[in-house]
Amino acid sequence: MAAANRLSVAKTYKIYIDGKFPRTESGRYFPLKNKQDAVIANVCRGSRKDFRNAVVAARKAQAGWARASAYLRGQILYRIAEMLEGRIEQFVAELQLQGRTERQARKEVEIAVDRLIYYAGWADKYQQVFSSVNPVSSAHFNFSVLEPTGVVSIIAPDDSGLIGLVSYIAPAIVGGNTCVALASESLPLSAVSFAEVLHASDVPAGVVNILTGFRDELTEQFASHMDVNAIAWPGDGRKMARSVQTLAAENIKRVIARPKIDWMSDEGESPYLIRDTQEVKTTWHPIGS
Amino acid sequence: MATPENKLAFDGGWAYDPAPESTDHISLKKRYGLFIGGEFVAPENSRYFDTINPANEQKLARVAEASEADVDRAVKAARAAYSGVWSRMPAKERGKYIYRIARIMQERAREFAAIESLDGGKPIRESRDIDVPLAAAHFFYYAGWADKLDYAFPGQRAKPLGVAGQIIPWNFPLLMAAWKIAPALATGNTVVLKPAETTPLTALKLAEVIADAGLPPGVVNIVTGAGKTGAAIVNHPGVDKIAFTGSTNVGRIIQRALAGTRKKYTLELGGKAANVVFADAAIDQAVEGIVNGIFFNQGHVCCAGSRLLVQESVADEVVAKLKERMETLIVGDPLDKNTDIGAINSSMQLEKIQSYLKIGKEEGGEMHQSACRLPKKGYWCRPTIFTGVAQSNRVVQEEIFGPVLAIQTFRSFDEALAKANNTPYGLSGGVWTDKGAKIFKMTQGLRAGVVWANTFNKFDPTSPFGGYKESGVGREGGLHGLDAYVKLGAR
Repeated sequence: MAAANRLSVAKTYKIYIDGKFPRTESGRYFPLKNKQDAVIANVCRGSRKDFRNAVVAARKAQAGWARASAYLRGQILYRIAEMLEGRIEQFVAELQLQGRTERQARKEVEIAVDRLIYYAGWADKYQQVFSSVNPVSSAHFNFSVLEPTGVVSIIAPDDSGLIGLVSYIAPAIVGGNTCVALASESLPLSAVSFAEVLHASDVPAGVVNILTGFRDELTEQFASHMDVNAIAWPGDGRKMARSVQTLAAENIKRVIARPKIDWMSDEGESPYLIRDTQEVKTTWHPIGS
Repeated sequence: MATPENKLAFDGGWAYDPAPESTDHISLKKRYGLFIGGEFVAPENSRYFDTINPANEQKLARVAEASEADVDRAVKAARAAYSGVWSRMPAKERGKYIYRIARIMQERAREFAAIESLDGGKPIRESRDIDVPLAAAHFFYYAGWADKLDYAFPGQRAKPLGVAGQIIPWNFPLLMAAWKIAPALATGNTVVLKPAETTPLTALKLAEVIADAGLPPGVVNIVTGAGKTGAAIVNHPGVDKIAFTGSTNVGRIIQRALAGTRKKYTLELGGKAANVVFADAAIDQAVEGIVNGIFFNQGHVCCAGSRLLVQESVADEVVAKLKERMETLIVGDPLDKNTDIGAINSSMQLEKIQSYLKIGKEEGGEMHQSACRLPKKGYWCRPTIFTGVAQSNRVVQEEIFGPVLAIQTFRSFDEALAKANNTPYGLSGGVWTDKGAKIFKMTQGLRAGVVWANTFNKFDPTSPFGGYKESGVGREGGLHGLDAYVKLGAR
């Protein structure tokens, strides 16, 4: 029986790179405050170098993750949902800490669990929906399949702590991509706790990397990195939108802007969101004449 | 020295006689205006430029140079046709118009082929057997999609985007016009298309076909001009989508220019495809594939097999056979039915290719060219290979867009794959082996949008085409090619 006046233990919120929880290499932090202006946590203010390290980890993990069977990827996504389900109370409390009502928070976490289940189910199906056998006029078996675009950088929506992030990460990784995600700047805590869920879910190191930090400082890095194949982001702000696509053009990065989606609703989940970070490969295989 | 003549001298002094395609059946006007709102109109500033035959440097016609104001007229015509007619028309009727284009193009196929070879320099054998039939087939294929879009996007309703601005290159002028226009029309969009400044004629002939097919005025508008005209299309606020085929550098400029706008875009850009030949391949067949991969259309092909990766144990044999085969390639008059390699498209492109030949030698590569004679007038380049080149050499990394092949060797499968993938591009690739499983292992590993096994440079309207990495965004052709021209929403 704990003493009534027991001093609680606060969590150090760290970033998640390559299956590890380092502090930002920069040593910087920003204080997250509640409505009463009390500090809830000192959050890592991730740096460009953190991002570059995360991209290296994501690239290293990508080929192996893409090679994993669809069945396995589906099970791992399901496992993430199971782990999150078991920690619903923790996430609800954390969202409340960041200003959500209990009802809002509970709904958000429950939808997040269900969203993971939704995408787990797509793992071995989207290929069947989106691939094709093409009846060419020559002696070839010609078919088109989807393959992951590669490393995806993600700017999670700022207006939700969990559901936005989950709704971006799940469709990217279920399709064999690896990713580096920037958590909501104003609601960063759930992202770090979600990294802990991922860590306990057999997601291979480097498949998902999560940073916390300032969007204004890091978005351009997420857009410009030459070893990132796609950037998925909310596309908010005309000036930032121009900057993101201008920088992305340097390596013809795919720019996936998802403005005005209500992630709490059914429009927040679709196999077309998986397809956004897929490439179509067409193979001409000889069949003899 | 072996020449095309004595190589084929099986029992004496046998040589090819000239076999030129006749051009008396084609009609070209002296001067072409802009095709806007269903008719040819003069450019507002009355400026015209010459389009020449690159095989003899003679002028073929004068062509209008569209200004910003002309582009604006074209976009407005396209918008009016979109809102007034095309987007409201029953999809079945839309499809029937597109079928008409395909049929008329088939009827006039020989004329189109001859003009394509005159204007662009490609061998008549290719324009006649590949470019024009494929262009007609492309219209025929997409015509049928017009009323079947509900089946293309499960669970979604596909709506047109509006006005599509389309900019195409000079290597497959008519075929690229078909690749752009057919899916745009089938999905209910209207079009402003700009052909390349060195090869505008078949697009203008296509305008005639479109008029003959009775398409409502303004559904397809064709504006000629160079980079400034293209920029006017890209930057026009009334355009909803940009489809571009061309170099990665220009693609980058376009992607930047569209930043901060709501315009959708697809980019089909450059390539540096590896043709991977394993020791267990049918060697003679592979040599034919290498030749087709790099010398097809003078190497002016974004998906050309411009790198050969050959397994070390058969490298000497393959290179020797390749050199022999190169001697039999006939370089010359594009209109001659025996010609294998036609004229380089423009003096500018010839200079670019020649600068790469110099670079390749300076980098330490060993250059070999066939010994063929070249015509005195016109722009020509002998089939060329470089051996002894390193992965970091510019002739290995950069797109030359000419009949120039960089040859490297490899020992293991993994080495071949690593080298094949080691460029910023990812458009296409080829693999030659007798083993089916090895084909699949290689085609799975290649980071490229189109992979040919024991063949190369094959195209079909049903077969999606487009690149990974810096080779572009989006697909053209097939079911997946529809996606570029629609916005999806819930049913």
